[in-house]
Amino acid sequence: MSRVFGDRKTVLILLVPVLAVYGLLKVVPVLWSLGLSFFEGNTLRGFEFVGLDNFTTFFTDGPALHALWVTVYFAVVMTAAQVVMGYLLALMYVFVLRKGSAFLRTAVFFPMVLPTVAVAMLFKSFVAVGDNQGPVNDVINFFGGDSVEFLATTSGTMTVAILMTLWTSMGFYAVLLYTGLLDIPDEVIESARIDGASGLRLVRHIVLPLSAPILLSSIIFSFNSTLKVFDSLLALNNGGPGTSTSPLTLYMYRTAFEYAEYGYGSTIALVLTLLCLVFTVTVFRSSAKRTED
Amino acid sequence: MTIRNSRRRLVLTGLSLVAVAALAGCSGGSNDPSGGAGGASDEPGSFTVLTANENQALEDQLTQLAEGACAEQNEAMPLEHQKTAQADTVQKVTQLASQGALPQHFIAGTDMVRPDGDLGAGGMVADYEEVLGDAFENILPAAASTVNNVYGGMVSLPYQYNLEGIWYNKQMFSEAGVDEPQTFAELLDASAALEEAGYQPLTTAGADGWPMTRLMGMYIFRNVGPDAMQKIADGEAKLTDPEYLAGAEALKQLADEGYFGDGFSTMDSGTSAAAFLTGKAAMKYDGSWLLSNINDPEQNEIGEENVGFMPFPAVEGGAGDINQWAANAGAAMSANAETMGPNTTAWFECIAENYGAQALDSAGIVSGFKINDEVTDVPAATAVVQEKVEGIDETVLWFEALFDAKSNSLASTNASLLVTGQMSAEDYMAELQASIEASL
Repeated sequence: MSRVFGDRKTVLILLVPVLAVYGLLKVVPVLWSLGLSFFEGNTLRGFEFVGLDNFTTFFTDGPALHALWVTVYFAVVMTAAQVVMGYLLALMYVFVLRKGSAFLRTAVFFPMVLPTVAVAMLFKSFVAVGDNQGPVNDVINFFGGDSVEFLATTSGTMTVAILMTLWTSMGFYAVLLYTGLLDIPDEVIESARIDGASGLRLVRHIVLPLSAPILLSSIIFSFNSTLKVFDSLLALNNGGPGTSTSPLTLYMYRTAFEYAEYGYGSTIALVLTLLCLVFTVTVFRSSAKRTED
Repeated sequence: MTIRNSRRRLVLTGLSLVAVAALAGCSGGSNDPSGGAGGASDEPGSFTVLTANENQALEDQLTQLAEGACAEQNEAMPLEHQKTAQADTVQKVTQLASQGALPQHFIAGTDMVRPDGDLGAGGMVADYEEVLGDAFENILPAAASTVNNVYGGMVSLPYQYNLEGIWYNKQMFSEAGVDEPQTFAELLDASAALEEAGYQPLTTAGADGWPMTRLMGMYIFRNVGPDAMQKIADGEAKLTDPEYLAGAEALKQLADEGYFGDGFSTMDSGTSAAAFLTGKAAMKYDGSWLLSNINDPEQNEIGEENVGFMPFPAVEGGAGDINQWAANAGAAMSANAETMGPNTTAWFECIAENYGAQALDSAGIVSGFKINDEVTDVPAATAVVQEKVEGIDETVLWFEALFDAKSNSLASTNASLLVTGQMSAEDYMAELQASIEASL
């Protein structure tokens, strides 16, 4: 094997097609989009070079900054929620249910395979008011409260969106972290127990440090998927009420495709890409620093 | 070392060539939709029509024409349908136009076909007055006037001629002892009386936004006059002026009084239509396109004879008039100016001569075309709309008609914040005015 990989020709033959495809499908569009962000217009009326105008506009554009805030808020809250819930579930699978966790793992993972639009419709009907009132308001009415129009407010919509996303994604993170916990050797756990560690102390001093790499991957994975949230907020309430729960992706889509401003749309895409990069690098660096300490 | 550098250069050159070849492959596109040579004089072999998925009726009607009254034109130039989601219209048409692949007849965004729009400025849309020649007389003057007002030229065919007004339940009005309100104050009184009689006064599809902005817009037209929104477009007035702010406050008042019922701000159009047609609400502001629901006995439980249609009432002391109905001619359906030829012209002439009678007869659709054949058995509600259309002297546009795409979207999306008290009337209008000014 080492002879095969030591041969430069073989390495080139194996790598070039992959790199070419990656370059054409990933790098070229990103560079293209980067170039477009210095222009204004669309393919029909043509493009005009505007230098850094689109970037200046972005940082003075109220709706764009609000969309940036919605994106960051959603990403931070969702990452915290889905990684913590996933980790707790994984701990339960490994240390409480052990080999009997298969059914629960499948059941909790199942919402992950459902289409987001279907899930959004489901949650919309859960919290509906009026003639087709949903079960959530039925329960509120049962306890004497008035029906609440959750999707009429920003906080209500965001709460429903977070619960909905958590319901669909926590099973995935639970399985991801579960595989990480399975890699911890039984002997290490046993010897820690013999030394008197149990419960929270065992988790804090043994399980958590040993599962740190997979936790780190989960956090990066979660940030990168939630920063790009689009379909769930669109399907749930169209980024509303108003544009109060509209993330950067939705703002970018509307700018580029509904208002035909491809240049400014590309600028928003670039900001989103940089945001993902900043979050990923921050998480990596903080973890590397902790490892050095 | 030299050999290694040469190899590296060779690999890099190869990679660059692959990339350039692939990009060239992606970017290439024929200017001719039929695949032949492009050019202004080239008329394609088929009459391709791009319509919205949401408007199945238009596809059905054109197919019926192709099989019936326009069979001869269809033989010379067969009809072909293309579809797009209404929400993707701008993106789709921009893409097709930039590739020189626009269909012969296509749906377009309102902004695009105006004289200063992407298609209008590029001379890509034909003027139907020129295309139709003598056959242009088949377009009703009121419809032609509406098209001209909205698009700044005769660049769309009026496949629908929609009046907007308040549909109401005659029986509920009678039981609550109210007549058709003539003023906005009377509308408030009627709503209060209906509520007291145990009925929900109004229903609206708040999730769509526009059904609420239309109420606000109509108040403004009645208050300021029929040129209210033109003044905004021309920069002669601002939405933050008190007489315009009053429109937002009137809408908010209807919401604050609870006249729209529970959950209206997130209600979709289907649920709202059902609320009216199943007798849960007494009034609904909507267009005459609601006729397709009203004329469907499976949806209409209150009976078509029980459905009344009235204009938005006047505002006391306002410059507008109750008889200035809001009218529109559906989404823009334009013609490709670059591939116009004798067969395409023959198709458009045939449509102008026959569409009105066929659409009314087979689907109860009120269009902006003359009815050149006798049509019998017109449903009661359709006849009411037809009667109103014939009696109209002056129409007004709708609130967002002259807005750019971004302001149009903002008006609709922020309406739910206004009616739920999360945004004041002043803030709503100020944000909208800023968006309009930014687009100028």
